[in-house]
Amino acid sequence: MADSDPEATAGGGSAGGAAVDGGVAVAEKPAPAPGPAEVGQSLGREAFRRLRRNPVAIGGAVLVLLFVLVAILAPLLAPYDPVDQILKDQIRPGSFPGPSHEHWLGSDSLGRDELSRILFGARQSLLVGVLATTVGFAVGLLLGTLAGAFGGWVDNLVMRVVDILLSVPSLLLAISIAALLGQRLISVTLAVGVAQVPIFARLLRGTMLAERESDYVLAARSLGIRRRSIVLSHVLPNSLSPVLVQGTLSLATAIVDVAALSFLGLSGADPDVPEWGRMLAESQTFLSTAPRLAFLPCTAIVIAALGFTLLGESLREALDPKLRR
Amino acid sequence: MSRLLDVTDLRVAFTRRGRPDMRAVDGVSFWLDEGETVGLVGESGSGKSVTSLAVMGLLPRRGVRVGGRVDLQGRSLLELSPNQMRDLRGPELAMVFQDPLSSLNPVLTIGLQVTEVLRRHRGLRGDAARKEATRLLDRVGIPDPSRRIREYPHQLSGGMRQRALIAMAVACRPRLLIADEPTTALDVTIQAQILELLRELVTEQGTALVLITHDLGVVAGLCDRVNVMYGGRIVEQADRRTLFAEPRHPYTGGLLASIPRLDSAGDVPLTPIPGSPTDLLAWEIGCAFAPRCQRRLDECQTRAPELSDEGVRRLRCHNPLPLRQESTSAPTATEVAR
Repeated sequence: MADSDPEATAGGGSAGGAAVDGGVAVAEKPAPAPGPAEVGQSLGREAFRRLRRNPVAIGGAVLVLLFVLVAILAPLLAPYDPVDQILKDQIRPGSFPGPSHEHWLGSDSLGRDELSRILFGARQSLLVGVLATTVGFAVGLLLGTLAGAFGGWVDNLVMRVVDILLSVPSLLLAISIAALLGQRLISVTLAVGVAQVPIFARLLRGTMLAERESDYVLAARSLGIRRRSIVLSHVLPNSLSPVLVQGTLSLATAIVDVAALSFLGLSGADPDVPEWGRMLAESQTFLSTAPRLAFLPCTAIVIAALGFTLLGESLREALDPKLRR
Repeated sequence: MSRLLDVTDLRVAFTRRGRPDMRAVDGVSFWLDEGETVGLVGESGSGKSVTSLAVMGLLPRRGVRVGGRVDLQGRSLLELSPNQMRDLRGPELAMVFQDPLSSLNPVLTIGLQVTEVLRRHRGLRGDAARKEATRLLDRVGIPDPSRRIREYPHQLSGGMRQRALIAMAVACRPRLLIADEPTTALDVTIQAQILELLRELVTEQGTALVLITHDLGVVAGLCDRVNVMYGGRIVEQADRRTLFAEPRHPYTGGLLASIPRLDSAGDVPLTPIPGSPTDLLAWEIGCAFAPRCQRRLDECQTRAPELSDEGVRRLRCHNPLPLRQESTSAPTATEVAR
C-alpha cells in the first residue's frame, strides 16, 4: 500500500491519457535511447521521493506494512487457532487466564488465545476496510467525474443526491444499509463504502471544477482538443491527488467504521471469526475484571488507523502543488 | 495580399448581477491581411486579451455578451457553433499564452501534449505522430527533442516550455496565430529568442500573427501595423513606422516615452504615465484616458472623441500630439510626455 499509492498518481495520469485514444499508448513507450535518470520524471515519482524522506511517512508506512503483513501472514504468525477454546478448563466466572509464557496476551472469555485472535482480526479489518474504500472510491470517482465534467444539470442532480447522502451521519447510514441488507459481510462492506461516496464525489468535483478553469485547459481548448479528451487526459489526472490522499485517509476511517459496525453487532454472520470491533463488544462485560480484553483490540484498531492517517497526511504534503516547483 | 481577419465593432461585456455590464471591449475594429503581423498594444485591463479570446471563441458562454463581427476569410466566426469553432482552432486559429508553465499540463509528458494536437487535427498516430512531434520540437529550437519528448513540463526551462507551446500552436500550420504576451514571463535574453522564433515561423508558414503586448519595444521589432488600445477601445491605429515616428495619441506618446533608452543620460529618470489604468472615465461621458492625460481639454471630459480616419492612421483624440512639421522644435515623444 505504502509503495503503490504515489506510483498510482503517475499511473493514473498516463492511464487517463491512454483511455482517450489507443494512439497514446505508443507515444508513451520510451524511445530506446537511454537517457539520464531524471528523464521522464513524473510528478508522482517526485512525490514518492519526497515521501521517502519524510519520517512521518516512513512511520505510517511501517505501521501500514505491519498491519498488512499481519493480515496476510496471520495463519503463520498466530501461535494457536483463533477459534479453538484452548484454555476452556482454566476459565472461572469473572476471571480468565492472564498473560503467560505460552499465551502472551492471555485468553478471552471463552478461553481462546487472545494474541491469535488479535492477529487474525487484522484480516477482517483489512479486507472489509479496503473493499469498502474501493467501493466508495470507485462510485465517488464516477459521480465526481460526471458532475465535474458536465456541470449544469448533471452536476446539480449528482450533487443533490450526494448532499442527501452527506446529510445523513455516515455511521447511521452504514447501520441502515447493514440492517437493510442483513447480517452479511457484503452488507458491512457496502454500508461503509456507500457512506464514503460523498467525500470522494465532492472532493473530485471541486478539484475538477477548479482545474477546468486552469491555463492548460484553456491552452488545450485553444488547440481545438475535444471535451472528452480535455476531461479524461487533462482535468481528471490533475484532480486525482487530493482524492488519492483522501483514499488513504478513508482507509483509516473505514477500519474504524467496520469495527464500530461490528461493535454494534452488524458484521459477518459467523461469530467465530475474530473481528476487533466484536472483540471489543464482547469485552464490555468484563471491563472491570479484564480490561486488557478491551484495551488490546482497541490498540490494534488505533495502530491500523494511525498508520493510514500518517501515510495519508504525508502523502498530502508530498503531493502539495505548493511544494512542487 | 488578401484579407484574412476582419474584426468589426467587436463588443464584449461581462454581465454582473444587479449592476450594469462591465464592458471589456467596446467597439473594437481591426483587420489583418494574410501573413501580416499586427500588434495589439495596451496596459493590463485595456481589453486586448479579451479581444483575442473573443476571436478564438474561448470566452465562457455564461455571463458574457459578445457583439459585432469577426470574419475569418468570409466566415463569420461569432455565428459558428461551438463544435465548428473547435474544428477551426488548431488548423486555422491558434494561440500562444503568457505563462508557459501553467499553460502546459503538469502530469503529461511534452510528447503526449504535442502528439495530442497531431492526433486531433492531422490524424497522425503512433510512430508517425511521435516523429512529427520530435520534428516540431526540433524546429522550435528545443535541443535533444527525442529526449525532451519524454520529459514533463517542470523539467524544462521557461524558454523551452514556451517553445514547446509554440510548437503545439504551429503544429497544424494555422492561418492565424495569436500570441498573448508570449514573452512576459520570460527572461530578457530568452524574450528576444522567442520573438525571433515567432518571426521565423510566421514567415516560413505564411501565418498571420496578432501580437498582444504592453511592450512597444516588442512591437517595434515585429509588427507591420499597430493597434493601441485603452479602456476597451482602439485609440490609435497606424503602421509601425508612422506610429513610432509620430505618435499622435497622448497615450501612445506616453507609452513610447516610458521605454528606457540606451542613448539617454544615465540619470534621466523614466517617464511614466501618471495614474493607473483603473482611473477610467466611462466612454459614454468622455475620453477614458482623460483622467491621466496631460493634454486634457475640458471637452475631453464631456464628450468622447470618435475614431477619425487621418489617412495614414486612425486616431481617437480631441487634442492629439502635434505633427512634427507643424512645430519647428520637433518635440520628441519623450519631451512631449514630460
